[in-house]
Amino acid sequence: MSLSYLDYKVAQTPTGIRKILYLNWPLVFLIAAVASIGFLMLVSVAGGKVDTWAEPQMYRFAAGMVIMIALAFVPMWFWRGISIPAYVICVLLLVGVELVGTIGMGAQRWIDIGPIRLQPSELMKISQVLLLAAYYDWLPPNRVSRPLWVLIPVVLILAPTGLVLIQPDLGTSIMLVAGGGIVMFVAGVSLWYFGVVIAAAVGMVATVLESRGTDWQLLKDYQFRRIDTFLDPTADPLGAGYNIIQSQIALGSGGWSGRGFMQGTQSRLNFLPEKHTDFIFTVLAEEFGFVGAMSLLGLYTLIIGFCLYSALSNRDRFASLITVGISGTFFLYFSINMATVMGMLPAKGSPLPLVSYGGTSLMILMLGFGLVQAAHVHRPR
Amino acid sequence: MTSPPRQNDANTRGITRRGLMLAGIQLGVITTLALKLRSMQVEHAEQYRMLADGNSIKIRLLVPARGLIHDRNGIVIAGNEQNYRVTLTREEAGGEVEPVLRRLAQLIPISDARMAELLDEFSKRSAITPIVLADRLTWEQFSSIAVNAPALAGVTPESGLSRVYPRAGDLAHVLGYVGPVSDYDLSKIENPDPVLMLPEFQLGKVGFEARMEEHLRGKAGQRRVEVNSAGREMRQLSRQEGEQGATVQMTIDAQLQNYAAQRMGSESAAAVVIDVQTGDILTICSSPSFDPNKFVRGISSPDYKALMNHDHRPLADKTVQGVYPPGSTFKMVTLLAGLESGVINAGSRFFCPGYTEVGGRRFHCWSRGGHGTVDAVTSLSHSCDVYYYELAQKVGIDRIASMARKLGLGQRHDLPMSAVAEGIAPDRAWKQARYGQAWQVGDSLNASIGQGYVLASPLQLAVMTARIASGVEVRPRLVRAIDGVAQPVPDFPALDVNPAFLRVARAGMDAVMNSDTGTARRSRIIREDWRMAGKTGTSQVRNITAAERARGVVSNDQLPWNRRDHALFVCFAPYQTPRYAVSVIVEHGGGGSTVASPIARDIMLFALNGGLPPLDAVPGDQRDAMEERHNAMHLFAPDAPRLTRA
Repeated sequence: MSLSYLDYKVAQTPTGIRKILYLNWPLVFLIAAVASIGFLMLVSVAGGKVDTWAEPQMYRFAAGMVIMIALAFVPMWFWRGISIPAYVICVLLLVGVELVGTIGMGAQRWIDIGPIRLQPSELMKISQVLLLAAYYDWLPPNRVSRPLWVLIPVVLILAPTGLVLIQPDLGTSIMLVAGGGIVMFVAGVSLWYFGVVIAAAVGMVATVLESRGTDWQLLKDYQFRRIDTFLDPTADPLGAGYNIIQSQIALGSGGWSGRGFMQGTQSRLNFLPEKHTDFIFTVLAEEFGFVGAMSLLGLYTLIIGFCLYSALSNRDRFASLITVGISGTFFLYFSINMATVMGMLPAKGSPLPLVSYGGTSLMILMLGFGLVQAAHVHRPR
Repeated sequence: MTSPPRQNDANTRGITRRGLMLAGIQLGVITTLALKLRSMQVEHAEQYRMLADGNSIKIRLLVPARGLIHDRNGIVIAGNEQNYRVTLTREEAGGEVEPVLRRLAQLIPISDARMAELLDEFSKRSAITPIVLADRLTWEQFSSIAVNAPALAGVTPESGLSRVYPRAGDLAHVLGYVGPVSDYDLSKIENPDPVLMLPEFQLGKVGFEARMEEHLRGKAGQRRVEVNSAGREMRQLSRQEGEQGATVQMTIDAQLQNYAAQRMGSESAAAVVIDVQTGDILTICSSPSFDPNKFVRGISSPDYKALMNHDHRPLADKTVQGVYPPGSTFKMVTLLAGLESGVINAGSRFFCPGYTEVGGRRFHCWSRGGHGTVDAVTSLSHSCDVYYYELAQKVGIDRIASMARKLGLGQRHDLPMSAVAEGIAPDRAWKQARYGQAWQVGDSLNASIGQGYVLASPLQLAVMTARIASGVEVRPRLVRAIDGVAQPVPDFPALDVNPAFLRVARAGMDAVMNSDTGTARRSRIIREDWRMAGKTGTSQVRNITAAERARGVVSNDQLPWNRRDHALFVCFAPYQTPRYAVSVIVEHGGGGSTVASPIARDIMLFALNGGLPPLDAVPGDQRDAMEERHNAMHLFAPDAPRLTRA
């Protein structure tokens, strides 16, 4: 289809408050639906009390919605423009965490700015996508697979990843690499590179495992123990394997239709750890069974689907890549969390997106969806 | 800055192709997750469900109420009472128990020593284990703790049942007592019932309580409870009450036992009353006694030491565990052996010059002057020793021992009590086996009057008397009914002794009490329908040395208490239609006729009368003393809680 300049400027691109009509509304409702499941589960794990977790989470989600819609109004040229500064600021913040970061959960991941607790590694997930999208938007498509032009984004990905890795936060490092990898993949980088990287990763994992107990040990002991626990949770049922075993029991015992709202023995009797945050999916699966768990998975799939549809139908390369990158990050969030609680991945603290209690990940996700909405609203027509 | 977005068809196609590939990969991952979910929640749901239930559902046992023990008239002699106690769980106290304990100490007394003990225990035990802070609280203390519960985090007031013996010391020896299960107890039991592991469970430790344990214990109930991950109980899912142990009715008459205990007072003594027809033991009482309730509650060390160091040995059961030379009460055995063997007949006479010389050794009669000519009846009424010395030489020890066994001596009667002694009815083989020595004639002479090697418990003497009185092989019993089912009285076979000879022995025993020269005439019953026959006994606990004899120091009054002779007495009544046999021993009481026989007579009177002995049943000069004694007694009212079913 070919449109005149006038058509493009005046007739097709929404302006001002009218932009709200051009939001990706199905996505908005899907996000709200997932968040509502989260509120319900937070009520359940609080033993029926709303004000313990559900209420603060609702306020945060409302704030997140406002942020998302507000960001949807911001045109793409702005995002392209701040991609480099945002990336640089995030890297500096990561360095800052190393220097002044306070101890949180055994790892230095937070930075306190007044009342706000900032987690730069989370912010990095977004700004990395932003920068890579801008890079591939700028790079002519016929060069994307040339070694030099591949090396640049690899360095851009590995620099923050390295900083996160020394925090140490292996999980976020992997997500940064994978998130960046998704953008590169969709940008059209030759599949050979991915093959080589995957082969190298497998080799590296073998090397890491081999290094255990030697004087060049590459991971901390607790990280090795997590790997052990993952490989055989029953070996130490009351120690490190406890969480994953209890989580699996909770999931499995939910059965087809679950044990009923607030009737899950595993969660109500505290056999489940961290049930309002990392293990909230098991509460859902226990209380609402396969039907409940599949419903959430279905909603997530629809969110990914709407994002991908929006991305693929968007002729703005930058906007497409942003949408794919952010939905890919979102995909990584929920699939890693679910795989972990089902015992398919080593136990690591990762929240279930839009459902787990906690402000940082919710805000980052809503920020990301704000970008997705902006890309949708400002798509060329 | 508002440069138009880069867009061309090649770019769009490229992104679309890779985007669809990505979508495919993501869909693959999502499918994998869904399949795993399906596998866990649909295919293996049952298995995980069982694991979840196993996690959260625990079976807790409920201690069954212990079976009650009633006396023959339905008076509760071992019951259960509410025990109010408080426990504290460290976890619920927020980890810090000391402030809670200090606050609690304002409500109930907790000594500093106890406080230190408790703190030590809390530091050793798991945080979720409830520890008993105090028990046997009064209702006031209990309710004040309940009211103040909000200020006492982790403190739980609880009530449970605990054994109580309303008759205190009266039945301590026969009933025994219960107590918490010790490791030693467990080591003796194969496959112990899991209920034994509960801290509040009470196990029969000694006596009837221990021997009847399987009847009294009952069946544990079960509670299915839901516990949280810390093991704390969250709610009860189901409750199945246990089964109370069987109510056991004993043959004991608690009122009679009470009277016997009071009648013996502070003497170191024992009394047994047995029904001569049924073998029912109506009273089996050892004095002095102790309060078994103290043992149930955990006796204090000073109290226990006082019991251990008491020279009257309150903890020993003198009725079945204590064995004594029966002294002259054994003479019926020797007499019957003589009659049965045909060596003598009822009219046979011996002359008593006051002693007999055998093998150059002089055996004295208790009467230095001698009894002159003595026949079977007068041998008993005068308790002439020489008659039996002569008889023993003719009959021989083996026939005496055989008669003793027929009458129930030298054998362990199977009663549900602890440490029932066998006693000794010595014969040649016994001495050979025991000492590797041949039996001497002198041994026979000593044995003939119940001295030397002969040993019998008061229970055995009562059985002996019952058998002589009834002519049947009465066996004693203590259990009258279990759970309302009466235990049948066996049809006892007739005693393997000629009834005519038994009549001679009975006539002799009657003469002891009722002839003008009887040794126990003073203790006779003057009501003809309750006419009593008996036999005194005095058993030496020492050898009278030649020096003592020379000095003439033979009077018991001049000896220290623990060197004095034991006083014994056995009797049955009514003479014509015997119902009860009584045996009494008063340790170091001196002569049987002065100390033991009035006690036995009074106990017999109580048994016959079914209440306090009527004063007109005893000779007139003893009535004032008897009334005075009755007034000084502390007797239980007979209207104690009763069994509804007879």
